[in-house]
Amino acid sequence: MLELRQITKRFGDVLANDHVDIVVKPGTIHAIVGENGAGKSTAMRIAYGFYTADSGEIVVDGQVRDIKSPHDAIALGIGMVHQHFMLVETMTVAENIVLGAEPGTNLALDLKSAGAQIRQLSEEFKLAVNPNEPIEHLSVGQQQRVELLKALYRHARLLILDEPTAVLTPLEVEEFFVILRRMREQGKTVIIITHKLSEVLAISDEVTVMRDGKVVGRVQTKETNAAELARLMVGREVLLRVEKSDPEVGKPQLELKNFSVTDLFGTKRVNDVTFEVRSGEIVGIAGVEGNGQTELIEAIAGLVDLARMTGVMNFEGRDLTAMGARVRRELGIAHIPEDRHRRGLLLDFTLAENSILGVHYRPPIAALAGGVFIDENAVQRRASEIIENFDVRPRNAALPARALSGGNQQKLIIGREYSVQPKLLLVSQPTRGVDIGAIEFIHRQLVGLRDAGCAILLVSAELEEVTSLSDRLLVIHEGRIAGEVDPKVATLEEIGLLMTRGH
Amino acid sequence: MTKLARDLLFPLIAVVAAFIVGAILILLVGDNPITAYRLLLGSALSWPDGIGYVLFYATPLIFTGLAVLVGFRCGLFNIGAEGQLYIAAFATAWVGIKFANLSPWLLIPFCCLAAILAGAVWGGIPGVLKAKFGSHEVINTIMLNFIAIMLASYFTQYHYKVPGDPILESAEIGAGAHIPHLGKFIPGFPERIPLNVAFILALLCCLLVYLFLWRTKWGYEIRATGSNPFAAEYGGISIRKQIILAMAVSGALAGMVGINEVLGHRHRYYDGFSDNYGFTGIAVALLGRNHPVGVILAALLFAALQHGGIYVDGFSQNVTKDIVQVLQGIIILFVAAEGFFKWLLRRRTSLERLRA
Repeated sequence: MLELRQITKRFGDVLANDHVDIVVKPGTIHAIVGENGAGKSTAMRIAYGFYTADSGEIVVDGQVRDIKSPHDAIALGIGMVHQHFMLVETMTVAENIVLGAEPGTNLALDLKSAGAQIRQLSEEFKLAVNPNEPIEHLSVGQQQRVELLKALYRHARLLILDEPTAVLTPLEVEEFFVILRRMREQGKTVIIITHKLSEVLAISDEVTVMRDGKVVGRVQTKETNAAELARLMVGREVLLRVEKSDPEVGKPQLELKNFSVTDLFGTKRVNDVTFEVRSGEIVGIAGVEGNGQTELIEAIAGLVDLARMTGVMNFEGRDLTAMGARVRRELGIAHIPEDRHRRGLLLDFTLAENSILGVHYRPPIAALAGGVFIDENAVQRRASEIIENFDVRPRNAALPARALSGGNQQKLIIGREYSVQPKLLLVSQPTRGVDIGAIEFIHRQLVGLRDAGCAILLVSAELEEVTSLSDRLLVIHEGRIAGEVDPKVATLEEIGLLMTRGH
Repeated sequence: MTKLARDLLFPLIAVVAAFIVGAILILLVGDNPITAYRLLLGSALSWPDGIGYVLFYATPLIFTGLAVLVGFRCGLFNIGAEGQLYIAAFATAWVGIKFANLSPWLLIPFCCLAAILAGAVWGGIPGVLKAKFGSHEVINTIMLNFIAIMLASYFTQYHYKVPGDPILESAEIGAGAHIPHLGKFIPGFPERIPLNVAFILALLCCLLVYLFLWRTKWGYEIRATGSNPFAAEYGGISIRKQIILAMAVSGALAGMVGINEVLGHRHRYYDGFSDNYGFTGIAVALLGRNHPVGVILAALLFAALQHGGIYVDGFSQNVTKDIVQVLQGIIILFVAAEGFFKWLLRRRTSLERLRA
């Protein structure tokens, strides 16, 4: 169906694709795996006409084709669904699907016939959505179906899906796989770009593994396993399961009692939660994103207005609620935020400047002239310590944080938060957008900090991550604690059910 | 390309492009652009008058450029430098008149302090309003401009004018409050040129602003707030405090125009003295890439244009000194265009995606 031959693409100094060969057979689900920056998205964007290759050729249905733009790709029956959906929120499903390929004459838009066509397609592929619903009323999973319909409406025979499951809940992932299999039955070809190995094994027929812009492996899914794929991706043996001993639990550090957080519109985002985190244990919070996790963590970190919180929040027996973020940091509460671009980093500041955020105002950083001037040497020392100990690359403290990959940005934040020797660490989505190699590192660091006696509250949308790291696991649903499970014995289905139904 | 070259490139392109567009406009009104530009810039380099006056004109622009810069670095747009410098100049004159008999050693510092404090308060008000109620500083600073200018006019007219004086200006400040012209210290530089010690103060302020923003913890907090308020908040920085602090510092810098105007030049409050210094300060900060060194360079350019405008008026046929305003406007358009071009590029790629 699709063949990339010796595709090479250079961005400045970076060789994003180095003589890449990929063969996708018709009627199969083909997975392309690799770490961030391995070149998998670049290769697929070349196939879709987003980029043009510096050299190499694209073969579609046995013929060499010149794909200069997405229009060419669509004309050849290639469709692509991006990680971030390209939908107009205020418009209806039907309007979004026909956008750019509007039926009817130039003046009159024929939405009726489009609606009929969309209904037929959604029937055929079991993609249930209401064509007249505005996008903003749809869940993320439904929006994804709209994206798929959009491609099918344009007569795509080959669908390229970039990280399609990143935004889905476990149950939605199951439904999504059903849809993919259905598409395969109907004769469509699917390419799925991902770094989640369990999904690769569950859904694909063939796998192409990429590393550093090169294809490093082509395997039949039936004949491989997660360990082999991970080794191919990273280039060395990788521990996929977190290895940890039983926790040595100390006294309660953080206590919440009937604690609630209200948003600006008066809705309770965190509703009457009660739990504690003791030193030496990792308490995980599992849940579908947007069920109050963000508000909960930010409230503990001191980033929520006092007026929006009710209930008890104690740290080492002291009432936290009225304290600002700075005082909480001084007490030993560190925070690895879920959104590192929005919260965690000053993207235009250098690594050195970022490394002092939160301690910038006190010795040893602000140490000159009575603590007013920042000691540049102390900043450099701190930055290079973090860069060294947490393997931040490139090792250049003068670079802006923006220039780093997601994984390295995360390592910088983790290094910064660890270096204050916290007593309580709030961690949200620690490995989102982070490479497998770095994930392993981050997990080991978290367990190490726990073993040193730190209390850790961990929020993650990755069920496997939160179950393998946590010593105790709480499930949150619509701001309430829907239940506590033992992560060692609970099944993913059990947890998934609590996440969506609440009981 | 080094970072410095990159930082210089866009402002240079903006200036050159503005002069090209300006030349076309001059041709269109039927004059020779080369003659006009020779009049406009040629006089600026003459010694001592050209250079002396350009530096004198640059003095208030350095202050207001720095004022706008400090605001920008905190993510705030201080359009109120004009009002801040008026209120500060009036306060300076008021102290200079009220305590006219004090010794210069006390009076000059008092007057300077009055300029700084009045500016800081006038700038701080919109800061407090934004921090406490979230009302936008752009609206409030514009409003406060009108209030400041009218208040100063009113008090001059009804309380501090010399009776019988046909000009709307205050009485003279005490002789002890005068600060010397630089001609006093530089051999061969005539004392009649109003370039005064305030210019040295302006350069000193550039250094101080640099040290403040890039070397102190307060500067770090202001810049962090401007760069990403959410991350600043996460780092335990009070955004409200930074907004108030940055606006007050910004106002204080704008207020120091009063030192140049009242202590160094006219020795009284003269109604309507500012040739839009506060607004040109926005252009200075933008062209100077919000860096103190850039502010000096940009202030010199705009001062040279302002100075040359008088000659254009006098010696050319159809072009008037308004060409200076036109050039300033076009320069700003091109400086702003940097962002526009980047935005255009981003938009093109995202549009492509949307169509796909």
